[in-house]
Amino acid sequence: MSFSWAKSYEPKSPFMRWLDDRLPLPRLIYGATGPGYPVPRNLSYWWNYGVLAGLFLTIQIVTGIVLAMHYYSSADGAFNSVEHLMRDVNAGWLLRYAHMNGASFFFVVTYIHIFRGLFFGSYKAPRELVWMLGLVIYLLMMATAFMGYVLPWGQMSYWGAQVITGFFSAFPLVGEPIRIWLLGGYAPDQATLTRFFSLHYLLPFVIAAVVILHIWALHIPGSNNPTGVDVKDERDTLPFHPFYTAKDGFGVGVFLILYALVLYFAPNYLGHPDNYIPANNMATPPHIVPEWYFWPFYAILRSFTVGFILPAKLWGVLAMFSSILLLFFLPWLDRSPVRSGSYRPMFKRFFWLLLLDVALLGYIGGAPISPLNVALGQIAAAYYFAHFLIILPLVSRFERTLPLPNSISESVLHGELQEAAPAGTARRKPATAK
Amino acid sequence: MATLEQSAEGSETARADGGDGVRRRDFINVAALSFAGVGVVAAAIPLITEMNPSADVLAMASTEVDVSKILPGQGIKASWRKQPIFIHNLTPKEIAEANAVPLSELRDPQTLAERTKPGKENWLVVIGVCTHLGCIPLGIGEGETKGPYGGYFCPCHGSAYDTVARIRQGPAPLNLKVPDYQFTSPTVLRIG
Repeated sequence: MSFSWAKSYEPKSPFMRWLDDRLPLPRLIYGATGPGYPVPRNLSYWWNYGVLAGLFLTIQIVTGIVLAMHYYSSADGAFNSVEHLMRDVNAGWLLRYAHMNGASFFFVVTYIHIFRGLFFGSYKAPRELVWMLGLVIYLLMMATAFMGYVLPWGQMSYWGAQVITGFFSAFPLVGEPIRIWLLGGYAPDQATLTRFFSLHYLLPFVIAAVVILHIWALHIPGSNNPTGVDVKDERDTLPFHPFYTAKDGFGVGVFLILYALVLYFAPNYLGHPDNYIPANNMATPPHIVPEWYFWPFYAILRSFTVGFILPAKLWGVLAMFSSILLLFFLPWLDRSPVRSGSYRPMFKRFFWLLLLDVALLGYIGGAPISPLNVALGQIAAAYYFAHFLIILPLVSRFERTLPLPNSISESVLHGELQEAAPAGTARRKPATAK
Repeated sequence: MATLEQSAEGSETARADGGDGVRRRDFINVAALSFAGVGVVAAAIPLITEMNPSADVLAMASTEVDVSKILPGQGIKASWRKQPIFIHNLTPKEIAEANAVPLSELRDPQTLAERTKPGKENWLVVIGVCTHLGCIPLGIGEGETKGPYGGYFCPCHGSAYDTVARIRQGPAPLNLKVPDYQFTSPTVLRIG
């Protein structure tokens, strides 16, 4: 599982020895996040975001459990219970704002984590399953966040539920029965709210379970690193503790400061004022948008305005779902043997273009419908698919990559190690770049 | 388990394959697992159907509306199964306009006569739920935008419907749906 030079756990007291023989939990922790887990020594701050995502999942679960103690999942009482929480419950406003903005921060760090993986080729062999499990977590996060947004039963909650369950009605024949089954009625109502509450409480624990699988799969090959070069010997690694616990600890501190700033100075900045109006099934707000983290997908959905062969509505829904499902095939769409974008000059340019494209899709998804916005959204959506289906396979075929460093330690020490080592021992076969 | 099976096969008296290679044990295995599978499916049925609309939701299946106060050119929003119903008294001009549109121009071709009851062509009754993703289109209320085709306009994703709520522009695939309804008296509608 780990590298051969990983330190093994030595129980220090008779009690720990006794425990180790019966329930080797300290051994597991020592080997997974302690000194027993060697990690490439050159990880940059971009490698903080996995731990940060774990931090925000924990914050969401902890704040969520206490919010549930004050929330009524009743169509008549839900909105008022949230207002009661905000005004009357001790520290209720803080806990609710922490949960609301915690969701946004969870998505911020997850998006950075995903783009980190995209740039440094962390999805490539032997980490394909790490990447795919990460996508499963991301899909579960989206489902959880959507259902959570419905719970306050404001106007945006209600109409968000209506529109998102409406996606299913796009499918011929089975679509409408599925939608009615999901809602438990013909429009969102009591049945919908109660089941969403139940699932919103359940899914974070499912996420936590998939996170364990994600980390388990990661710990088989170990972390990727900024050079993308495989770990070769002990000089390439550092024990996770204390080196990366300290580095992650610093990142946690920075993000908690940012979180506190939003929480105390702009708690509603990322929300939508219409959600402070109680749900009304007889009036749709003039401009309904999902939460910001869904905007790129919403833009793809809205890009289809005319049908060809299939109705426009079905195209929109299919395109939106496939924009994520596509990522499951990424390890096989990008065939370049070089992982890190730092050594891939052509890939690097297209990576930043993709980032801009997704940012543009995000802007369009949040903006009101206008002919210009729809046209921009169509171009951006087409480019998104082109990036993965056309550009990446071609780039990985024709690109001339830069020479890779011989090893992680060499790239870090810039040759000092080679000078210091006895002749012939530091030179290894150069990694090949096609 | 494995050792038990071996010893069972080892002894002559326990052999039960009757010479055709099918052992009694295999049959029991397949039968037991199949029956367990049936049990799992049977247990899943209540767990799944529990999510379908309950009896009280289904009980709201019909509603009566008095339309005597709606003058030509006016419309109201009624509620049926928690969904808005648009009831609009069409003016002769709107009727003429709707009949003048060739069916070949329509995405979901339907004539006005197909969308109304015989002899009551001026009463347009539709479910006010956009056939795209379920928002309520604007246009039934006084002063709301009626969109480029003078009927209904969905603000969510920009679908435009004409005066008789047929889809003309935007992502929605179908005309606003006409619910099952009948006139129980000249001025009272029963929907559902």
